Amino acid sequence: MLTIEGLRSRYGRIEVLHGIDLRVDSGEIVTVVGANGAGKTTLLRCLSGVQPVTGGAITFRGETLTPVPAYRRLRRGLAHSPEGRQIFTNLSVEENLRLGAFLFSDARVEKDMDDAFQMFPVLKQKRNLAAGGLSGGQQQMLAMARALMGRPSCLLLDEPSMGLAPIIVAQIFDVVSGLKALGVTVLLVEQNAFGALKIADRGYVMETGCITMQGDASELIADPRIRAAYLGI
Amino acid sequence: MSELLQFLFSGVTVGAVYALVALGFTIIYNASDVVNFAQGEFVMLGGMITWFAHAAGLPLPLAALIAIAATAALGVAMNKLAIEPARGAPVVSLIIITIGASIFIQGAAQLVFDKQIHSFPAFSGDDPIRIGGATILPQSLWVIGGALATFVGLWVFFTRTLLGRAVLATSNNRLAAQLVGINTNFVMTLSFALSAGIGALAGVLATPITLTSYGVGIGFALKGFAGAMLGGMGNPKGALVGGFAIGLIEAMTAGYLSSQYKDAAAFIMILLVLFFMPQGLFGRKSTDRV
Ligand SMILES: Nc1ncnc2c1ncn2[C@@H]1O[C@H](COP(=O)(O)OP(=O)(O)O)[C@@H](O)[C@H]1O
Ligand SMILES: [Mg+2]
Repeated sequence: MLTIEGLRSRYGRIEVLHGIDLRVDSGEIVTVVGANGAGKTTLLRCLSGVQPVTGGAITFRGETLTPVPAYRRLRRGLAHSPEGRQIFTNLSVEENLRLGAFLFSDARVEKDMDDAFQMFPVLKQKRNLAAGGLSGGQQQMLAMARALMGRPSCLLLDEPSMGLAPIIVAQIFDVVSGLKALGVTVLLVEQNAFGALKIADRGYVMETGCITMQGDASELIADPRIRAAYLGI
Repeated sequence: MSELLQFLFSGVTVGAVYALVALGFTIIYNASDVVNFAQGEFVMLGGMITWFAHAAGLPLPLAALIAIAATAALGVAMNKLAIEPARGAPVVSLIIITIGASIFIQGAAQLVFDKQIHSFPAFSGDDPIRIGGATILPQSLWVIGGALATFVGLWVFFTRTLLGRAVLATSNNRLAAQLVGINTNFVMTLSFALSAGIGALAGVLATPITLTSYGVGIGFALKGFAGAMLGGMGNPKGALVGGFAIGLIEAMTAGYLSSQYKDAAAFIMILLVLFFMPQGLFGRKSTDRV
């Protein structure tokens, strides 16, 4: 579904992605784990088009994505729940979700919103409140729900567990693993390698802008090097 | 009593013009965080182009439409040529760019048109309407009605239309707006067109009363800016109320003190707001968690 070949990107003169090769097949949950500063966020920003690419190719559902502007990529089926949540803080929870469905005006929007509230019931209680007043965990839920309102075939998810209490993290990872059943392919980027590898089919390890290991999630989770470097075991 | 009423009428009339200018500030500020000091030049162009086209023989309504459309197009050009290329520069640099644009537009207007003072006929004649011992010009009613209609139109646009919500979303979080599928560059273009068009409308409505020339823009910009600050930069309701308030303060100062001090009134308001109430009357509500 998503193929990345030799992807390079830079901030000013400093290159931070040095040729990334990565593949996500339809229906998979694929995770990219790595320490802070490895380039995971930059990778997702390149995929959603808000970060310029300086080399390599991105192919999504058979089409090359590089010339497509960021705002047109959701129309192609690629949604991005970005680092730091980036919700519309001044708008209500419900308005955030409606904007997630900005591209649509059919009856399914209402149904999708009900589904979102079912997925995250706490959002329903807060539907009329300004999103900026939500707790960190609720904001993360809103960010994911908003991305799903865009009816993606593939969801890019940037560190949904960041800064959240373990019980909320567990709830969010549960939802992510449930996306498979909804037919949404997931590319999940995480520092929380253990949590991510547990729900993923395959994983990649990223270090300073390069992929250093890859394989089935179950293999990676058992690999002594990974256990030492990322799982703290 | 009739004296007070007379001052009120003139205050509400200029206040309506300032409110339109303040609304123009608000739209661009919300879309881009830029305080566009060329806003007053849009008012000047609205008046000058209408005068020019009308003097060239076009009927007044057509001349006014052309002026509004041409000014909106100039607003778009300003965004494309001066603001968009500087995207990512500090906001202060962008504001200085708008001041440069303002000086440029003023100079160009002086060359293309001339240095004279101009006007064109009032829309509904010049016979004053008597109310309670005071009088008001029919053109004042046009100005006041224009400001209120514009406000209502903007309110409907922002709260009831998909495109309006796209503008609100872009002003709240540009990155997120792109990710939900909003063309944020188009939103910027639209904001400049809208803002310039509203400024030009103010010029069209006000010129039969205030007259126009190439240099009137800066005054409108400062008064409109004072109104927007007083109401709370970024808040359309604040812009409306603030603009009318500045007009009233100015008219009362001119009436009861001296007309020499009337321009100072707006500056004093700017300073007072900055010192004591930087958020303005309706300060943009900030619910962000830090
Ligand atoms: N806006 C930026 N400007 C300059 N450098 C940046 C910027 N954002 C990230 N970087 C640098 O790029 C590298 C990768 O960052 P990032 O993609 O955020 O990593 P991760 O998400 O894995 O923590 C880091 O060295 C970081 O310092
Ligand atoms: Mg990151």
